[in-house]
Amino acid sequence: MARERLQPSKNAWWFSLIWPVAALALLLLFNLLFTPGFFHIEFREGYLYGTLIDILNHGSKVILLSLGMALVIATAGVDLSVGAVMAIAGSVAAQLINRPNTPLGAVIAAALVVAVICGCWNGMLVTLFRIQPIVATLILMVAGRGIAQLITEGQIVTFTHPGLTFVGNGHFLALPFPIVLALGMLGITVLITRKTALGLFIESVGDNATASTFSGIDARKIKFFVYLFSGLCAGIAGLVAASNIRCADANHAGLFLELDAILAVVVGGTSLTGGRFYLAGAVVGALFIQTLTTTMYMRNVSADVAPVPKALAIIAVCLLQSPAFRRRLTSTFRGKPA
Amino acid sequence: MGDETTALLEIRKLSKSFPGVRALEEVDFTVRRGEVHALMGENGAGKSTLIKVLTGVHGRDGGTVRLDGVEIHAHSPKEAEAAGISTVYQEVNLIPYLSVAENICLGRQPTRLGLIRWGAMAERARAALARVDLKIDVSQPLSSYSIAVQQLVAIARALDISAKLLILDEPTSSLDEKEVAELFKVIRKLRAAGMGVVIVTHFLEQVYSISDRITVLRDGKLVGEYETSKLPRMELVSKMIGRALAQMQKVEAEAKQAQVEEKRELLLELRQFGRPGWVAPLDMSIAKGEVVGLAGLLGSGRTETARLIFGVDHAKNGEMRLSEKRVLFKSPREAIREGFAFTPENRKVEGIIPHLSVRENIVLALQAKQGVTRTLSRKQQIDIAEEFIKLLGISTTGPEQPVVNLSGGNQQKVLLARWLVMQPRLLILDEPTRGIDVGAKAEIEKLIQSLRAKGMAILFISSELEEVVRGCQKVIVLRDRAKAGELAGDQITEEAIMQTIAGHPHGT
Amino acid sequence: MTRLNSKYIPLIATALVMLGLYAIGCILYRNFFSLRVVVDLIGDNSFLGIAAVGATLVILSGGIDLSVGSVVAFSSTLIATLVRDGANPIIAILVTLLAGAVFGGLTGSLIQLFELPPFLVTLAGMFLARGLGFILHPQSLPIKHPFFLHFISENLSLPLNERVNWPFTATCYVVIFLIAVLVAHYTKFGRYVYAVGGDEHSAKLMGLPVGKTKIGLYSVSGFCSALAGVVYTFYTQQGNPASCVGLELDAIAAVVIGGTLLSGGAGFMAGTLMGVLIFGLIQTLITFQGNVNSWWTRIVVAVLVLLFILLQNAISLISGRLGSSKSNA
Repeated sequence: MARERLQPSKNAWWFSLIWPVAALALLLLFNLLFTPGFFHIEFREGYLYGTLIDILNHGSKVILLSLGMALVIATAGVDLSVGAVMAIAGSVAAQLINRPNTPLGAVIAAALVVAVICGCWNGMLVTLFRIQPIVATLILMVAGRGIAQLITEGQIVTFTHPGLTFVGNGHFLALPFPIVLALGMLGITVLITRKTALGLFIESVGDNATASTFSGIDARKIKFFVYLFSGLCAGIAGLVAASNIRCADANHAGLFLELDAILAVVVGGTSLTGGRFYLAGAVVGALFIQTLTTTMYMRNVSADVAPVPKALAIIAVCLLQSPAFRRRLTSTFRGKPA
Repeated sequence: MGDETTALLEIRKLSKSFPGVRALEEVDFTVRRGEVHALMGENGAGKSTLIKVLTGVHGRDGGTVRLDGVEIHAHSPKEAEAAGISTVYQEVNLIPYLSVAENICLGRQPTRLGLIRWGAMAERARAALARVDLKIDVSQPLSSYSIAVQQLVAIARALDISAKLLILDEPTSSLDEKEVAELFKVIRKLRAAGMGVVIVTHFLEQVYSISDRITVLRDGKLVGEYETSKLPRMELVSKMIGRALAQMQKVEAEAKQAQVEEKRELLLELRQFGRPGWVAPLDMSIAKGEVVGLAGLLGSGRTETARLIFGVDHAKNGEMRLSEKRVLFKSPREAIREGFAFTPENRKVEGIIPHLSVRENIVLALQAKQGVTRTLSRKQQIDIAEEFIKLLGISTTGPEQPVVNLSGGNQQKVLLARWLVMQPRLLILDEPTRGIDVGAKAEIEKLIQSLRAKGMAILFISSELEEVVRGCQKVIVLRDRAKAGELAGDQITEEAIMQTIAGHPHGT
Repeated sequence: MTRLNSKYIPLIATALVMLGLYAIGCILYRNFFSLRVVVDLIGDNSFLGIAAVGATLVILSGGIDLSVGSVVAFSSTLIATLVRDGANPIIAILVTLLAGAVFGGLTGSLIQLFELPPFLVTLAGMFLARGLGFILHPQSLPIKHPFFLHFISENLSLPLNERVNWPFTATCYVVIFLIAVLVAHYTKFGRYVYAVGGDEHSAKLMGLPVGKTKIGLYSVSGFCSALAGVVYTFYTQQGNPASCVGLELDAIAAVVIGGTLLSGGAGFMAGTLMGVLIFGLIQTLITFQGNVNSWWTRIVVAVLVLLFILLQNAISLISGRLGSSKSNA
């Protein structure tokens, strides 16, 4: 058989982006036609303003979460606890910053360390005790908010420290700081997965953990790491969330965001069964979800009702990605039995 | 013997194509009442496609199927069952958590007012089991019984459905000698009762032991239908294989040549090495440039030994010495670091990373050894992949093709490439030619000899005695998880190996 | 004897935990050992229990249903709006139950026909049902119909002694539980659910109606969630689209604590019943304690789930080791 270097199209890094970008483009097109002022961006007092900027800003939390989630899902796992970890990180930061003479650096470090410890807890349950990821992270998801409540002693803890509030509300290079954080984290994640062999090992472990072990990969270490990393991402997102509203709300911080993160990753092309993961796709997926939410908001759809179009979008994306659906569709057009 | 007048199953001109391959081309297949009919052929011959069409898993493109003179067209396993065709698969395919009684009666449980009568169901199950001479506690979960018993339960289920034709797909792969004998007793009983039994297998001995007639397929076409008693073994083999016979004889000559050279440096030595429940303590040594065969029946401990050597499982007894230095591997990583390589028996589960590309699969072990930070550049990876695609003759559209799309033989070659890249000191091959067509088999056997000539030590595990005899300078024989004997040089013949396995002198 | 045990060990463990918790309560508080506590335990948790019945069926088949809480909330809102608009309460209830079954059937169809992962489809269902509830009515809607206000509590509850009534909600739960046990262990459909969860591929090869079973069981789960919503309206006399957030997790926790394998194929309805009671016991203990915050419930439940998972893993590890010396005929 011919051994030419194969058509690169299917494996070029951007091929997998076609579907999520198309979905996002469709949504933006809708807004272009029906929502006046959607694309309006202005430059005021050295900062950029506009709906698109808002989308990037609010979407940065989900982007952060989806980076860690993509790696976890790639190992055929899932991390349901990221919302709860966000609450925990925010609570730690809020409590510490209000203590006199605590340097900002230490506060942020503490919050992130706690988040990483949460990630390690998940990693330990999955690798050492061999508990199914859904259940293992479910435990922290359920208990996590209780823990966050313990930290804040049941109160909503407000803070005014300018350094901490900058994280969620400041600007850097004319862009809101959360966007910068998210992009920075994207860059770091791309670096550590694609410039080292880590990405290959993660995909290998997710696709076939046994064979990976036989090839000399330490599957347990890889799996442990992705949960640790997911915890870190959740910690950063938690700081942004708390900073946004200048307080730590253990009950509501990050509520349902884990679902948005999973959605973003799946829309971005990563399969729930593990294997290949797509970071750019996850980012596009996160933007898609945030654009959807913002579109709803701008069209005066109540926030309570907004989940409905999200649900329909999930179904649409899943159907499009499902080979069974495509099969039935094509066979209907050809008139043959499925 | 079979009833010559009316055939039970009559398949005429059956054809089935998949995208890119014609799996069956106008195949005829006839099974008589009261007959055991073996369906044979190498991989890709079309055996499993034929069975899947019969049992309704695949549709057909052309041809007719007649059961008892009536034309049938099964679109699902349920329809095939209803027509009277039942299949027992190699992996049994029942529900492990449910009880034996439920597994037999599932779908046809006796009911009263819509509610299942458990007592009556147990009775019915026991009656079905009696027809296969099995008396067990039907309320226990199926998984608490051995595979051999589970298979008999599957047969009992088939009988309970009043099957006229029973298809057994590779039924003996997981059974030991005693269990095979029990199974054959049951098959003979069914034959005497007038059932038609189709047995798909590649174990030559068993075919001659149990079948009345043989149908051979090759490349999707019918080669012929024969009376077992009138078909000599060599003729059967040649009908299945055809041309590659000459190639194999060449390999044999080379291997025998190698046995002449005596002085070889010892690489690996096992002293009373083993693990309770896995393998009894055994002694073994492998020298550089030597191919040592590990022979024995299924379940005798060959794979277990390999896994202990490679560090997948941990040895509890004895010691392993590598070039005089004592070593103990706690994981494959450690073994790989010392220059060991292992192609496992179950390549789908333990070998290939299906959705990763040929390139990624080939460089995986090498990259794992180098660690996370010391990466092979893309160009390096592509060069390595292309080198081995050429060297091993891997049939693929290119280094980026997902390995899952390759045929079994080519997947095996990719796995081999993965380990050859590492330039190991010791290469452990566990059933490297299983499920591979004869052309590829001969290539791999040739490759093994050339590696041996370059000084690699090779541990060769295979159930096919001819392969072992052809290619090895020394053969360790295992029986029932313990070493039964060791043969070297001229001592190595199929007969000698089988005798050592059996454990009693020739003829008894 | 040993082989029988491994199937029932989780169930026994759950029973011990349940009895243990009750015993702790009796030791710590004088009023714990009373009829009222037991009756409240069942009555207060009846809508969780009914929802958990549906969840058990789904999990037995190897799937998962994240939409339970949202469907309960939606159902209660639907009944409230229908009754407010003048519908007969019985009709309203029947319509709601039908809606739940249809919703579940759609979920099951998507999962089965297009091979979509249950996690994602029921996640979408969760969003959809939650949003639809708010579309029906943006906030909680009290039900002022005499049927709900008086009839249920006066005519359909059973006085047990001069102070304690056995509420209708508890009756509903017990009846549904008994039907569930019957279905799971005595109907072909129930056994098919176990088979699909045990090994779906083999079930297909055995000719079992896998597709119909899967669609059917999600339909049943939707029905149970809707019924739980109905019971919720009996219990709270209102429809509330914002209620029952996270109920699906409570249901899953109850199922796991009850000994059903999350991967499907093995488990008992009785186990889930005990899991629900354990859930209720923890909450009752906390209420009795008084000043402990409710989020301690979540932590304790999470710890229990963890312990039971570990127990399940340990059992399968041990029986796997014993299984290497498997029995022959």
